[in-house]
Amino acid sequence: MTRHRGRGMASINYPIGMNLGGDPSQALVHSNPSGKFTVALSSIDLGQGMKSVTRQICAETLGVPVEDVYVDTADSDTGPHCMGSFASRGTHRVGNAVMAAAREARGVMMEAAAEELEVNASDLETDGRGNIHVKGAPHRSISTKDVAIAAQFKQGKTISGRGIFLVPLSNVDPETGEMSPATCYAHACLVAEVDVDDETGEVAMVRMDSAYELGRALNPRLVEQQLVGGAWMGISHALYETPEPYYPDPVHGPRDFVEYLMPGPGDICPHDIAVLERPAPDGPFGAKGPGEMCANPVLPAVANAIFNAAGVRIDDLPITPEKVLRAIKAQGGARPQPRR
Amino acid sequence: MSKIPLQFRHNGRDVAIFVDGGTNLLVALRELIGDMTPKFGCGQGGCGTCSVLIDGELHLSCLTLAETVAGRSIETLDGMKQGPNLHPLQRAFADNFAAQCGYCTPGMLMAAKALLDRNPSPSREEVVEAISGNICRCTGYEPIVNAILAAAGGRASA
Ligand code: FES
Ligand code: FES
Repeated sequence: MTRHRGRGMASINYPIGMNLGGDPSQALVHSNPSGKFTVALSSIDLGQGMKSVTRQICAETLGVPVEDVYVDTADSDTGPHCMGSFASRGTHRVGNAVMAAAREARGVMMEAAAEELEVNASDLETDGRGNIHVKGAPHRSISTKDVAIAAQFKQGKTISGRGIFLVPLSNVDPETGEMSPATCYAHACLVAEVDVDDETGEVAMVRMDSAYELGRALNPRLVEQQLVGGAWMGISHALYETPEPYYPDPVHGPRDFVEYLMPGPGDICPHDIAVLERPAPDGPFGAKGPGEMCANPVLPAVANAIFNAAGVRIDDLPITPEKVLRAIKAQGGARPQPRR
Repeated sequence: MSKIPLQFRHNGRDVAIFVDGGTNLLVALRELIGDMTPKFGCGQGGCGTCSVLIDGELHLSCLTLAETVAGRSIETLDGMKQGPNLHPLQRAFADNFAAQCGYCTPGMLMAAKALLDRNPSPSREEVVEAISGNICRCTGYEPIVNAILAAAGGRASA
């Protein structure tokens, strides 16, 4: 038995969001008499960090501390409409909607503050710590809490804002069938190194090196968390997961976590990630978002690495030991390709 | 079916309940004690999110008959934090972004605690081995392994 080391790479150009129906998301922002703000959404946070990132976007746009913003989401009975958390659209689409809503709410908040301080709203600025003051005269100041109280109990105003993000409709060119499915693209390149065992057909991950370009990383730790977890999902798609491992007889398909295979903590490998930030002109604070792209480049890179290691080109996922072994047998043994 | 009286220690407190014969410990904890920290993932020993400690040893509560824990001491995630303070493992999980959806987290923390209680400075391989019965769909395991190593090293932040 021999283990063959191979290296493969893949580059991807990944659309953020989709074109369908203009891919809209809505957001509502309002203040409470405590001076805190609530963002109402319907977008789901599955653990990827949607709540954290929309909270940051709202706080930054309003000019208030992040602690003063609460995101209430995932209930389509109470939140405004959202297309959903998929297509790598969350940060970009929902973020833009939150930004628009927060901008409108900020306008009302500044007007209410201006009335209290008896100045022009355009002369005011926020300090990001919960105060609004006259530009150049920080002592002429009022807290956002006092503004919220004045708006509610004195001025009879709601400090609130509505936001929607809608992609301009891209018509299909009748001649070419061409259309523009997305307004911005993220990019990635990943190099995977694997060991292929020519006796068992097993593929072991050795290491990965990747670079992701995803606009501005609004929360670098959350981005990293997505990239690390997403790459694991990529390995899982490439080498393990299938509902039909013994097709054509679905009776033998997996019925539970014991039979449905996924890589465990012992099957992962070191992964070095570089995040490149090229702010997107139409992204909230330049963000595009990591999304599904976290997993995508892993699959072709692993398939290429297996080809490099053993000379077998497997184009059917997942690349199970059985498929590797059959392919090696069919060509009369492993044929390692030159290392690049 | 007649009920069976059952007494055990739950996170340092004596509890007494009546269970139907055949009730598993996960159901007893969640439905009769009201401790929702052990999660139901698969109910058949495949995912580890229902993990609890019985007399300090790691067990899958979904595969444990409630009647068998009479007189024994059960620890769950609910009893992990020390007063108002997070347990060092919990702190390390937060600092290392070791939870996303969080569904595996209670089981991961109990498996990690079982490990560190008997082996305070484990190697990376021993950490991997200790959580290999626990499935995580989100994190890719790496942040969880790092969190446990950080907690063991007494470094709360990575
Ligand atoms: S619920 Fe007990 S192992 Fe999955
Ligand atoms: S954090 Fe989602 S399953 Fe582990």
